[in-house]
Amino acid sequence: MSALVEGTAVEGIGAPPLVNASRFRAAHEAEWERLEQLVTRMEKRSVRALSEEDILALPLLYRSALSSLSVARETSLDRALVAYLEQLCTRAYFQLYGVSDSAWRQARQFFGRGWPLAIQSLWRETLVCLALSIAGVLAGYWLVAADPSWYYAIIPDAMAGGRDPAASIDTLRATIYTDDQKGGMLATFAAYLFTHNSQVAIFAFALGFAFTVPTVLLLVYNGLTLGAMLCLFAQKGLGFGFVGWLSIHGSTELFAIVLAGAAGMKIGTAVAFPGRQARTEAAVTAGRSAAIAMAGVVLMLMVAGLLEGIGRQTVQDDLSRYGIGLAALAGWLSYYYLPRRREGQDVRAA
Amino acid sequence: MFGRRRKAAQAPASLRRSFVTPEGVDLRLELGSAGTRAAAFLVDAMIIIGVLIAGSILIGLLGLASAKAEPFMILWLIGAFLLRNGWFTLFEMGGRGATPGKRLLGLRVIARDGGRLTGGAVIARNALREIELFLPLSFLGMQAAQEAADGFLTLFALSWTGIFLFFPLFNRDRLRVGDLLGGTWVVNTVRATLGADLVADRVPQQRRTFSDAALNLYGIYELQTLEDVLRKGQDDAIATVAASIRRKAGIADDGDDAGFLFDYYAALCARLERGMLVGRRKESKFAGAANH
Repeated sequence: MSALVEGTAVEGIGAPPLVNASRFRAAHEAEWERLEQLVTRMEKRSVRALSEEDILALPLLYRSALSSLSVARETSLDRALVAYLEQLCTRAYFQLYGVSDSAWRQARQFFGRGWPLAIQSLWRETLVCLALSIAGVLAGYWLVAADPSWYYAIIPDAMAGGRDPAASIDTLRATIYTDDQKGGMLATFAAYLFTHNSQVAIFAFALGFAFTVPTVLLLVYNGLTLGAMLCLFAQKGLGFGFVGWLSIHGSTELFAIVLAGAAGMKIGTAVAFPGRQARTEAAVTAGRSAAIAMAGVVLMLMVAGLLEGIGRQTVQDDLSRYGIGLAALAGWLSYYYLPRRREGQDVRAA
Repeated sequence: MFGRRRKAAQAPASLRRSFVTPEGVDLRLELGSAGTRAAAFLVDAMIIIGVLIAGSILIGLLGLASAKAEPFMILWLIGAFLLRNGWFTLFEMGGRGATPGKRLLGLRVIARDGGRLTGGAVIARNALREIELFLPLSFLGMQAAQEAADGFLTLFALSWTGIFLFFPLFNRDRLRVGDLLGGTWVVNTVRATLGADLVADRVPQQRRTFSDAALNLYGIYELQTLEDVLRKGQDDAIATVAASIRRKAGIADDGDDAGFLFDYYAALCARLERGMLVGRRKESKFAGAANH
């Protein structure tokens, strides 16, 4: 206010009749310029390009620029000035608030809290997806047991790879107990399985957006194929071996698929039934936590790929296979569902 | 006046959105238009395809040259997976909040709620590309492979997936399905330099003076239009504007159009500002002659 009074007083004597924008500019231009320099340096390189003194000054300069912007909007008619301050504040805002934590801290947060807590928050959907998969398995088993021709309808030829009701016991046995099935390319096979399965899981997650219907279909179909295969091997007396062959990686892989379905379902239900929140708000909350769960699912599938590609071919003994599978399952369950310190939940809620 | 104002707010279908910082100041960000974003995506897609082809050739050559091909096959598989799923996610998680394509076109991803852009939000917005882009593509591929075996089904599938692909065109905020789910926005990053002060650099003693009647002709809207004309400095525009102001205010032509306009701008600006100090904001020339 004193500046204004001064201005009018000076004007009376005959000195330049400054408009507000000029006065305002004269008082603050140096600060804006310094902030702009700092922000430009951060944009070009990174925060590390600033000296300690600059970093201390940055928040102050940013706040004073913001207040300049508010004042300019209310009192100044110079549009160029307002536009300049707007872009300056925006750029400074991005540099101050938009920058994420260091990769190390993000990773620690993800493994320590983000991942298990995101999975925990999916528990309801996880149970539903598990039930759907089991229903699929039972249906597949029952269908093939009642009429083996169903097998051809459920499992495409390419996937069966000779494993069909017409095959002999020896052929089937060979598919689960051979170590030279894929030649010497175990690691390549593992990598292929990992990328392929992850792609399918991400796909199932994204499909959840369409009100979960496609996700449910994928899960049930996955269960059906499993049930049909199980029935095929069980009828030839190879059930125990087949489950062992499957469980070494399957406990991890099937769990991951169920979780991916649950993440998709979480989004779909949030969009369809937002509850008390606005629909978009519900979608955002569900989407962000489900996405963290999905990142975890991809990591699980990586482990599953390693177990399947390498472990399954090198471990031929039924009991060791069961042992590895069950140990993996127990590991995942305790990582996800063992109670954690409360403060973690508070941090996430905040 | 009301009718006019509503029309003015609607007419440009503005992409400016209010965006309040934690300090409580509205930054009024401008959203990226659908065209800019499509262009940014195309740039990214071309880079990805280019990297994929170059990488494949390089890895292929290395694999042929060395005795063991296996490590290179693994490298290719993992690399292609990372390229497809990680390109957008990893770049947007970084400090710039933009992929190379977005940076090139001056775009940036931010959280809609004004908070920090989290990893979860970035993953969510990019995982949904699966159904926006790869789903339609895979249906197209299926169509090509099966030679219209089931043309009707493919058509149906394409139109269904088209909903997701063209989603940004159907909402006001140009949100992709992924943006909707991640709670993000794509905004233009603007850079501007501080223009010269139009009032300060004139010698005060030689300023023209104007009567109240002449200064009462216009409001803030006209003042800022005049500011644009002066900053652009096009001679014919200046001549036209000066002539029309002189005619309206009944001032004789003194042959110095630019000088006249600078002085008129300064006088009008000072007058309107004085009005604002006592709470009278004259938005435009239609806002009534109450301001004197």
